[in-house]
Amino acid sequence: MIKLDSKIPGGNISEKWANHKFNMKLVNPANKRKYTVIVVGTGLAGASAAASLGELGFNVLAFTFHDSARRAHSIAAQGGINAAKNYQNDGDSIFRLFYDTVKGGDFRAREANVYRLAEVSGNIIDQCVAQGVPFAREYGGMLDNRSFGGAQVSRTFYARGQTGQQLLLGAVSALNRQIDKGTVKLFTRREMLDVVLIDGVANGIICRNLLTGEIEKYAAHAVCLATGGYSNVFFLSTNAMNCNTTAIWRTHKRGAYFGNPCFTQIHPTCLPLHDDSQSKLTLMSESLRNDGRVWVSRKKNDLRSPIEIPEEERDYYLERKYPSFGNLSPRDISSRAAKEVCDEGRGIKGGEAVYLDFADAINRLGKKVIEERYGNLFEIYETITGENPYKVPMMIYPAPHYTMGGLWVDYNLMSTIPGLFVLGEANFSDHGANRLGASALMQGLADGYFVIPYTLSNYIASAKPAAVTTDHPEFKKVSKEVTDLTNKLLSIKGKRTVDDFHKQLGRIMWKKVGMARYEKGLKEAVGEIRNLKEEFWKNVTIPGSGNDVNQTLERAGRLVDYFELGELMAMDALNRNESCGGHFREEYQFEDGEAKRDDENYSYVAAWEYLGENKWNLHKEVLEFEYVKPAIRSYK
Amino acid sequence: MNVKKLNLKLKIWRQKNRNSDGSFINYNVQVSPDASFLEMLDEINNGLEATDQEAIHFESDCREGICGTCGLVINGRPHGPLSKIATCQLHMRNFNDGETIWVEPFRAKAFPVIKDLIVDRSGFDQILQTGGYVSVNTGGTPDANLIPIAKDTASLSMDAASCIGCGACVAACKNASAMLFVSAKISQYALLPQGQPERYRRVERMVKVMDDLGFGSCTNTYACEAECPKGISITNIARMNRDFIVSRIKKQDAESDVIK
Repeated sequence: MIKLDSKIPGGNISEKWANHKFNMKLVNPANKRKYTVIVVGTGLAGASAAASLGELGFNVLAFTFHDSARRAHSIAAQGGINAAKNYQNDGDSIFRLFYDTVKGGDFRAREANVYRLAEVSGNIIDQCVAQGVPFAREYGGMLDNRSFGGAQVSRTFYARGQTGQQLLLGAVSALNRQIDKGTVKLFTRREMLDVVLIDGVANGIICRNLLTGEIEKYAAHAVCLATGGYSNVFFLSTNAMNCNTTAIWRTHKRGAYFGNPCFTQIHPTCLPLHDDSQSKLTLMSESLRNDGRVWVSRKKNDLRSPIEIPEEERDYYLERKYPSFGNLSPRDISSRAAKEVCDEGRGIKGGEAVYLDFADAINRLGKKVIEERYGNLFEIYETITGENPYKVPMMIYPAPHYTMGGLWVDYNLMSTIPGLFVLGEANFSDHGANRLGASALMQGLADGYFVIPYTLSNYIASAKPAAVTTDHPEFKKVSKEVTDLTNKLLSIKGKRTVDDFHKQLGRIMWKKVGMARYEKGLKEAVGEIRNLKEEFWKNVTIPGSGNDVNQTLERAGRLVDYFELGELMAMDALNRNESCGGHFREEYQFEDGEAKRDDENYSYVAAWEYLGENKWNLHKEVLEFEYVKPAIRSYK
Repeated sequence: MNVKKLNLKLKIWRQKNRNSDGSFINYNVQVSPDASFLEMLDEINNGLEATDQEAIHFESDCREGICGTCGLVINGRPHGPLSKIATCQLHMRNFNDGETIWVEPFRAKAFPVIKDLIVDRSGFDQILQTGGYVSVNTGGTPDANLIPIAKDTASLSMDAASCIGCGACVAACKNASAMLFVSAKISQYALLPQGQPERYRRVERMVKVMDDLGFGSCTNTYACEAECPKGISITNIARMNRDFIVSRIKKQDAESDVIK
């Protein structure tokens, strides 16, 4: 058993990172090229890490299952990126961003990590601008900002509704530059299927070449995973079709602890479900809540069209319940409020949707201003739904979006496996039980540009990992296990399709491990998931072969891991007898329906150690709050 | 919400691999008008898999029109009959009951077919990996507001930067030219102060790789702009051509300086 050591440096919170940077060891410039580092994933965290490590002189091998680094799902982030620049002179500061993030995460994040995140946030904007990212500007040529959910200052930088795209293309351009220079070698269409440990230390990965089916081995002195989140465990989510948990899950099974798996974010502004053939849910940027007003009818099962419902019969429930934050209330709170009114039967036409109405904003500011701010989002909406949001209110409903949980890491972003680092959404670190809007891009780039170059260098300089090659017997052993798993999947030849199983798993997860959880439901979920997994291994059908492009096989491999992860999510939710952030247990709420946190018993990170099928051991990293005192998180 | 389903006849290109011949295979499908085009293909695939037949292979990821992974030629047009959307944003309400729909991969010499509807667009990245960036290391950058950029300039640069790298421009062009794609990246940087120091070296290097990879030349048919899901303008091509000529002149000047 490994003892959890968060390795938080000493000293005042504002000096921790600066001191730590000085105390960490450096690798001699001439020696860096002798060290090989693997980076899996080319989203914001992966691309920025691979590029920055390449610039330092390490020999970097970067991997993506896509045909190009640019396809990573960071590309779809719309709204923006936070930074404590205080360009608007509205009272922002590093401390305020830190404070908002700790509070927004419902006091379940590590203070020192969050402070560092806020501290480097300004550097990220400088970096991106220098790379040529075309952020929105004011007429004077200065950068423009907007406000975003969960904050009372305007600290969000944006590039139309395509901020993630522009930041990712910026990071990928830095990566491309290193590829051009020969410090980074990029392997596309490779899916990481396992990690290789030698004497307990991460020394390589096993990949499937998605074009040929070949199982390939890669050795390195250290491995970084930046493979994103696991919302697709719900089948329907805002994640891209190929987002998956395989890289972190299989690493978890090799010894990396999994932190807070039940902390999932349900995003309030997504398009409602249309029918059961639907493949994913589409997010509408949270920035829409700056000018859109959320409402439902005061009556149950109101079948009138929105225009027929008079003002006095509308319930602007966010403005009513949370007058100081109103429509900009944080995501967890807004999502739950939407569920509540729909459960009361007051959703649109009695169903699961609420209105997001721009009529007031259009009257106040004019159509042109709204078009400038949200034009492309309105177009997306109209393309998908066939309705014009300038004329009729949008219909929205919450959907699984982001996972705050992930592999447990210490302050250096290293997991419980030495030499195995985890970056971005794939780790559990900075967002506690709820992530604030425009903070995911910030964390991904902070980890990749400004944290990992220091901490990974320190690991190499202090641990001096030995050189290994893929001839080591451990590579053969793990690669055989991976091959066996593939063959086993192909040999089942049952009757039910992969998607059929995945949809059923998604329904269990959404109903019982989704927005509102309760003990009985969670226990049932564990049993149902186990039964479904058992049926899968007897009855799934995967046509095609393992030696060719086979997308069905790819999806099946990912689903195998979702069954196991789903079970752990339910167990984690069951263990946490409190409500906090995105984790809402119906048994633990105040009379007005607000979440009831239990700081006395649950102010910890739940880090789960894998012991074998259906078996985990819980380790606790107790969270201490020196600078932001836990209080009831009120947005009223 | 519409409930009456559409009955459609699909003729879909199937091709085992790069070296084999492909052909159109017929599929009949009943689909909700609210479903997306790719969800319709998912449904067909679910049916195929349930009867132990290989799924129709096609690529998609974000299904929000931004990642650029998807791309099919539908009834002869890249990304289908509507303008300014990617294939994943096309919904079945845009088709009529009883219609026959032809589905093919993007076709270009530089985009060989990998399987069924999947093509190899790695040439795009090879171009970007030859100078398609601003040379700046992590850290040591000035405060972001020390580089003021006029709103209109930033906006023009953003127009060009919106390119999703899907390849529809190449598929639409009779010469399989990649000039809209390449010029979008060139323009994004050429318009900004950050892009100036490497402006002419960049265009020279990127154009050379583009030519070497077998992409064709631009003959001003404007098909690329018409099919671009992000509406990237062909004025970018004009800007690239101008920068390319300037780069040649600068090179000649530099060489004659050496001779002097």
